[in-house]
Amino acid sequence: MESTRSLSFPDKVLHRVFTHLTSNEDRNSVSLVCKTWYNADRLSRSKVFIRNCYSVSPEILIRRFPNVRCVTLKGKPRFSDFNLVPPDWGADVHAWLVAFADKYPLLEELRLKRMVVSNASLEFLAFSFQNFKRLSLFICDGFTTDGLEAIASYCKNLTEFDIQENVVEDTSGSWLSYFSESFASLEVFNFSNLSSEVDFDALERLVSRCKSLKVLKVNRSVSLEQLQKLLVLAPQLVELCTGSFSQEFSAHQFVELESCFNNCKNIQSLSGLFDATAQYLPAIYPACANLTFLNLSYSALGSDELDELLMHCPRLQRLWVLDTVGDKGLESVGSNCPLLEELRVFPSDPFDDTIQGVTEAGLLAVSFGCPRLHYVLYFCQQLTNAAVATIVQNCPDFTHFRLCIMNPRQPDYLTNEPMDEAFGAVVKTCTKLQRLSVSGLLTDLAFEYIGKHAKNLEVLSIAFAGSSDRGMQCVMEGCPKIRKLEIRDCPFGDAALLSGLEKYESMRSLWMSSCNVTMDGCRLLAKTMPRLNVEVIKDDESDDSHADKVYVYRTVAGPRMDSPPSVFTL
Amino acid sequence: MERLVSFESHHDHDLNLKATELRLGLPGSDEPEKQTTSSVRSNKRASTEISQESNTNNSSVSDDHEDCAPPSKAQVVGWPPIRSYRKNTLQAKNKNESEVGAGIYVKVSVDGAPYLRKIDLKVYKCYPELLEALENMFKLTIGYNGSDYAPTYQDKDGDWMLVGDVPFHMFITSCKRLRIMKGSEARGLGSCV
Repeated sequence: MESTRSLSFPDKVLHRVFTHLTSNEDRNSVSLVCKTWYNADRLSRSKVFIRNCYSVSPEILIRRFPNVRCVTLKGKPRFSDFNLVPPDWGADVHAWLVAFADKYPLLEELRLKRMVVSNASLEFLAFSFQNFKRLSLFICDGFTTDGLEAIASYCKNLTEFDIQENVVEDTSGSWLSYFSESFASLEVFNFSNLSSEVDFDALERLVSRCKSLKVLKVNRSVSLEQLQKLLVLAPQLVELCTGSFSQEFSAHQFVELESCFNNCKNIQSLSGLFDATAQYLPAIYPACANLTFLNLSYSALGSDELDELLMHCPRLQRLWVLDTVGDKGLESVGSNCPLLEELRVFPSDPFDDTIQGVTEAGLLAVSFGCPRLHYVLYFCQQLTNAAVATIVQNCPDFTHFRLCIMNPRQPDYLTNEPMDEAFGAVVKTCTKLQRLSVSGLLTDLAFEYIGKHAKNLEVLSIAFAGSSDRGMQCVMEGCPKIRKLEIRDCPFGDAALLSGLEKYESMRSLWMSSCNVTMDGCRLLAKTMPRLNVEVIKDDESDDSHADKVYVYRTVAGPRMDSPPSVFTL
Repeated sequence: MERLVSFESHHDHDLNLKATELRLGLPGSDEPEKQTTSSVRSNKRASTEISQESNTNNSSVSDDHEDCAPPSKAQVVGWPPIRSYRKNTLQAKNKNESEVGAGIYVKVSVDGAPYLRKIDLKVYKCYPELLEALENMFKLTIGYNGSDYAPTYQDKDGDWMLVGDVPFHMFITSCKRLRIMKGSEARGLGSCV
């Protein structure tokens, strides 16, 4: 209902005011105030972030927001990263591009995560949008380096080219040579995903022309000597991913490399460092003073090398390492990085369980030295309840707590009890917790704790855990803010699935695989909640009544039309 | 349909210590799946049992970008949860390293000794460590004031250099052989580290 007193701004003024609303959450709120504000928002909204490409259709999006310039689209469920989703499942971006070409000709930014992107789509994109500036492809698949040729050739205003962790068929590095010799607008250039050798002279000239280049992430084929040449041309870099960090250098060359890094005073983020060894790592020390993010997860450093390196990184906020650094290396983290907020420790050899890697001692040491720690991803072989309780006592501000005990159903190795108390401590102490991944031997008690205490939890990942339906029920009934629930290999059946009836429309999605859900249970859910898509992915070998993989998500677009034969929308 | 541990719900208001008991029992007796759980806990090669027992998904999920896991060990699909990109990159890295070789072995000769030795330079982190090892190996004191011995090395260009001038990590890559010199020449060189 419109008030004629205070809300009689001309629309233009309202639009102008709204352009200052950059957060989409704020915009969603203002659009609910009244019709005038709803319209003002919809006409002025230029950025949309669609977290599930099947929750809405291109037509519905365009109808509501006709003036969008920046689109972010996410497609496949996260468990597709771990080969649990068939490759032909869907999430093809092409239909979106066709609709955008018609209605959003001024589209300038496209960010895709877990979407299928073909070479034809890349070519279509390059031809359709004259003002296109920023392309980001993250964990996508379906294209080859040939498709990138079109982007390089035709996107004359490109400022961002960000190709990261995609499944790309790398036919050759010639795509880079398709950037014209007059093209100079790049600010972000990330091709570390691609393995083929690129024409280094073309790369050198490109970097030399792009005076605004802030982010440069090269691939492994770029040698240390070549990297040095690039750094001389771009000392203004803020983010750098190196290529191969190992080469036969003379003493003189080493000193030159060191001085080169010394000139790069703006570097805040460093990654790559493939094959980096103790011999060459010291070259980067001069550039580490302002480093806030260091990604060593592709360099198998030992504890001593890490220790020496970290002494030069006092401002570090985010650190990613391999478990080759061991508990000793993590002690160095605790001693040298008081400002640390995020730690990720990846396994160097996930399938060899004879490797010690890191234990609870490592994370404990970090928690004592880094009170600001609020994000952890930790792969280890074993843990204890007591250690986890101490860790969260030291760091009560965790927002993201992702623990992966690599042996499924592993109990506390000292007491042989389930790990229920560990996660109980996490949810009781960390009131700000938004994301939780649990592992180890867990009974329903762990989920009772989660349901009772995790009042801000939004994303929960569960694998090989729980004793009965009650586990999942506790979560569905207890966590008011839950948005995304991913479950695999747990004894949760139809009762558990149906306990979430009230919740699923306020959630983004639910994934359940290798649980005890039946087709009948799924049909009942689909029938009761028509605004949900209940998709079942069938494996050939299982029996007909069992629902192997279930993906449930809210949508205003109805059942999708592009499911492959293995996917049934009920 | 896979057989997972599925306890009756009325067991689970307490810690369910029964679950942690090691028991023997015939299939069909009280919750036979517990045997699997017990052996899972005590045996590190748990994933083999899990994949055989529980996962019908193993062979049927087609993997276009399947990593090359060691073929002898049956694994649970998608566990541990690591992205293919990371697995493939690490594997490429591991392959590279094993091709390059483990150590840097150089010959060590001592003036007056009847035969040479070989040491792996990669084992040492700094000059003092290296010298201590050489001293232990040959039972002599090297390089300090008054010592008869001085450590020298032949670099990539074939020149004989005094040990200790360049940073250790650089020395390791350029050293081709070591010679512990004795006599008047050595005394002149004195303490170099």
